[in-house]
Amino acid sequence: MRLKIKQNFEILKKIEEISGENVFACYQCGMCTAGCPMVSEMDILPNQVIRLLQIGATDEVINTRTVWICASCYTCGSRCPKGVNLAKLMEAVRLVILRDKNNDYMRPEVMVKEPLPQIALISALRKFTA
Amino acid sequence: MEIVYFPGCTLKTTALSLETSALSVAKALGLEIKELERWNCCGTVYSLATDDLMKQVASIRNLIYVQASGHREVMTLCSMCYNTLAQANIFVRKNKKYLEKINAFMEEEPDYKAEVEVKHFLTLLKELGAEKIREAVKNSLSGLKVACYYGCLLLRPKEVRIDDCERPRILEELMECLGAEPVYFPYQTECCGSYHTAVKPDIVARRVYQILNNAKENDADLIVTSCPLCFFNLKDRQRDIKKIYPDFKEIEVAYFTQIMAKALGV
Amino acid sequence: MRIGVFVCHCGRNIAGTVDIKKVVEEISKSKDVVFCTDYIYLCSEPGQQTIKEKIKELELSHVIIAACTPALHGITFGRAVEEAGLNRYLLEIANIREQCSWVHQVCPEEATKKAIGLIKAALAKIRYAKPLKPIKVPLTKRVLVIGGGIAGIRAALDIAQGGIEVYLVEKSPSLGGHMAQLSETFPTLDCSACILTPLMVEAAHHKNIRLFTYAEVKKVEGVIGNFKVTIEKKPRYVIPEKCTGCGDCVDVCPVIVPNEFDQGLGARKAIYVPFPQAVPLVYTIDLEHCLNDQKLIVCEHCFKICGPKAVNFLMEPEEIEVEVGAIIVATGYELLPLENLSEYGGGEYEDVISSLDFERLASASGPTGGVIRRPSDGKIPKSVVFIQCAGSRDPEHGRPYCSKICCMYTAKHALTYKHLVPDGEAYVFYIDVRAAGKRYEEFVQRVMGEERAIYLRGKVSKVFRHNEKMVVLGVDTLSGRSVEIETDLVVVAPAIVPSKGAEKLAKLLKAPVDEFGFMSEIHPKLRPVESVSLGVYLAGAVQAPKDISESVAQASAAASKVLSFLSQKEATLEPIVAFVNKELCKGCGLCRRACPFKAITIIREGKKRYAKVEEALCQGCGVCMAICEEHAINVAGFTYEQLSAQIRTLLGIDDGEKTVKSGKI
Repeated sequence: MRLKIKQNFEILKKIEEISGENVFACYQCGMCTAGCPMVSEMDILPNQVIRLLQIGATDEVINTRTVWICASCYTCGSRCPKGVNLAKLMEAVRLVILRDKNNDYMRPEVMVKEPLPQIALISALRKFTA
Repeated sequence: MEIVYFPGCTLKTTALSLETSALSVAKALGLEIKELERWNCCGTVYSLATDDLMKQVASIRNLIYVQASGHREVMTLCSMCYNTLAQANIFVRKNKKYLEKINAFMEEEPDYKAEVEVKHFLTLLKELGAEKIREAVKNSLSGLKVACYYGCLLLRPKEVRIDDCERPRILEELMECLGAEPVYFPYQTECCGSYHTAVKPDIVARRVYQILNNAKENDADLIVTSCPLCFFNLKDRQRDIKKIYPDFKEIEVAYFTQIMAKALGV
Repeated sequence: MRIGVFVCHCGRNIAGTVDIKKVVEEISKSKDVVFCTDYIYLCSEPGQQTIKEKIKELELSHVIIAACTPALHGITFGRAVEEAGLNRYLLEIANIREQCSWVHQVCPEEATKKAIGLIKAALAKIRYAKPLKPIKVPLTKRVLVIGGGIAGIRAALDIAQGGIEVYLVEKSPSLGGHMAQLSETFPTLDCSACILTPLMVEAAHHKNIRLFTYAEVKKVEGVIGNFKVTIEKKPRYVIPEKCTGCGDCVDVCPVIVPNEFDQGLGARKAIYVPFPQAVPLVYTIDLEHCLNDQKLIVCEHCFKICGPKAVNFLMEPEEIEVEVGAIIVATGYELLPLENLSEYGGGEYEDVISSLDFERLASASGPTGGVIRRPSDGKIPKSVVFIQCAGSRDPEHGRPYCSKICCMYTAKHALTYKHLVPDGEAYVFYIDVRAAGKRYEEFVQRVMGEERAIYLRGKVSKVFRHNEKMVVLGVDTLSGRSVEIETDLVVVAPAIVPSKGAEKLAKLLKAPVDEFGFMSEIHPKLRPVESVSLGVYLAGAVQAPKDISESVAQASAAASKVLSFLSQKEATLEPIVAFVNKELCKGCGLCRRACPFKAITIIREGKKRYAKVEEALCQGCGVCMAICEEHAINVAGFTYEQLSAQIRTLLGIDDGEKTVKSGKI
């Protein structure tokens, strides 16, 4: 079935505002995907996240695993030839999902029950809860 | 000269070994390290949203404590603390009106003037100079093949990196001063999986398998790191790796300060 | 004084913001304005006709045109008023578009007031205008071409064929440039040396071309039509007239160094020719690596064995002064050094090479005799990965531009590799494929479809060594997979950058360069081969990255511009030059020191000292006017009187009608 292309400016504007990045500066070179360490775990590729935002398919982006697998390692942003920081865009998409209806992606109950360094707990909670 | 030091939550508990080894190394090198009197958790990960100032408060409060102590620089041992504090610092420096808002919110504390510099211990050691470190070595680590694992947060993003993000040399140079033989392995700047270890440890196991294998293929005897989370992922997740890849042979992981302590005989 | 004022609408460009009716009304009231009208497009044929008719009909003595910037149509309007019999320097153009309507679109009322102000200021200025005659200077009918690559050679040949003498200066020991290093050229796959060497030989033997190789331009003085250039011939330590090119010296020289022509992959001796087809075929001693570099004769092998006794260690640099009427710059390009591309392992791994390195490997006269070998172990690679866009299209690292030729030459390399190693695998990582020239697209499609090079759309994030192989981590966005390739050789297409020394040369020529170091043309569409500095022409990659076809086209274009310029009897210079009022001048010499073109001398006549301006050298910059304390020196068309009248009118002090004596406003 064809994707009905219709720009969803509302969500796009929110995402650009939260991240401070220009989604249309990306020319889809794929450098981010090529360097992403978590790409083998993702369902859509990092560069496809921006592509879908560019063509207005924001709903698809919101329903993927990819934005939650991102480890915020900044490899993408530091290599992008256009200076687009994809890590910030990923965070913005996550926040748009979390803030909408105050959804938590993860509840503390599902965390592993073994001794962990605090920073693991805190960062996981900060990233995955509203 | 006295240097003020921000430990961060993990160094006082699960990563205590990083702190004790670092402090004794610093003492042996003649650096006076004094812990900040009041500090709180920095927040661990820098919040990438430009509109959520609440998440910057914790980091800025720490910087205010540093400012109040009269020091211009603060040293951290944990890569995550370094990255979070440094990025928060740059954020308020670039956006003066956000700084005003945060200052106004924290009415009990004095206003932050954005004049503090955040430094990682490795940068301090580099500034100290290779000569001083070499002189202090009592047990040379010659013959030890060390793979220096940087992880993400020391080298990225560009504004806070302590060395070149594609080919860093800062840890290798340090190891050379101690007499050890650093080996290059291309995965030294790949992310270990970070906070996924709390929710999906299998992802971390798969990532770390690649990293450790790469280090082993390049003849490493030992891996050194600077971040307590990387340390945990690289070391404690090795048993998870064995569950997925039963042929995996374990490899030792240490904090770079532990290796330094051994070399300096403290 | 009968002044006519013509106010242009420029369609909506001016009329959309400025109230033209009001402007015409106000200006009509000004003193000495006998006629004021508006028109929709003054630069058009009917618009110009109107101006010409009114000048004749009303016997206008001065004209003001209020329109767009004089940089655009100044010459057009000047010509028009001259056709009506008025000296073009009694025309003043008030810029009410770029300086008014275009920048004040949000406040039309203020814009209208400003437009009136600008026209009144122009009126004030023109009251003191004097008719001027263009300056004619004799023309030196000789040309200097800097750069002996394909563009320089083509330009030199074209001009020489036109009967004009050419000095061709090349800084390396031989002509040829980068084209001589190539193995084949796209899309015809002609052998590069085969099509180039006949041109090189022709250029060396043409009766109208004087060749200076191993020489550089050191100083440039003068203006268009009359340049005085100092060329420094670097010492070869071999007397060119005696050297027969026999090569006996090479056999006995004990020093072996990497050969720059072979990109460091091959070797040469300290006494060398860069390649066997070098023109001129004269050996050169690279003193830096020769054992006699301390100016002490330690080794005499080449000297002893040379039959014609051509070796002379006592040679000194020689300076030659030449006079030319025009200069063509064709200094070409260089590739970005691989060390700047650390994520690809550039500069660190031997098996990561640049495209020019690959050309040398593929070339039959190259260091490996035309066999592709890995630099690390000399084995023939069974798989090669080509990476395009390395350093180009990268605003983050300061090079946002596209280097234009890499897509085509990479396709050519993939084809060459497939032909030399039929069972080998070729992979090309690309973002886009730019194949816009004639038969270029067909060429690329052939490489993809028939030669079966695998084109992967995406960038490469990392290259590293694993045992004996190179591992390339990249992505193919078309299939949506991140990919990993184990390969034997990695060939990177680095960004094109201007030649080293091009920026220094541009300063000598007083020609501007853009932010990347490429020399600026007057207009990229309409005047691509002329530099902003008059008399200096551009050909080839010095202006922007381009391939051989375009470089040759530009070279011929520059040559034709030069030939048409030199076909005149004299050079005509604009009379906007400085002139001195002898009575007011005290001869202090401040202007002489300040003049960037060395156009002023101080003359002594008995007790009187005064400054004299050499009109042919003066460029009308006005620095002398600014520095003179007596206001004794003025630039014609922009005298102190005129400018202060303009300023006073703009400031509302008066209508600019008070004449100004020397000194204070």
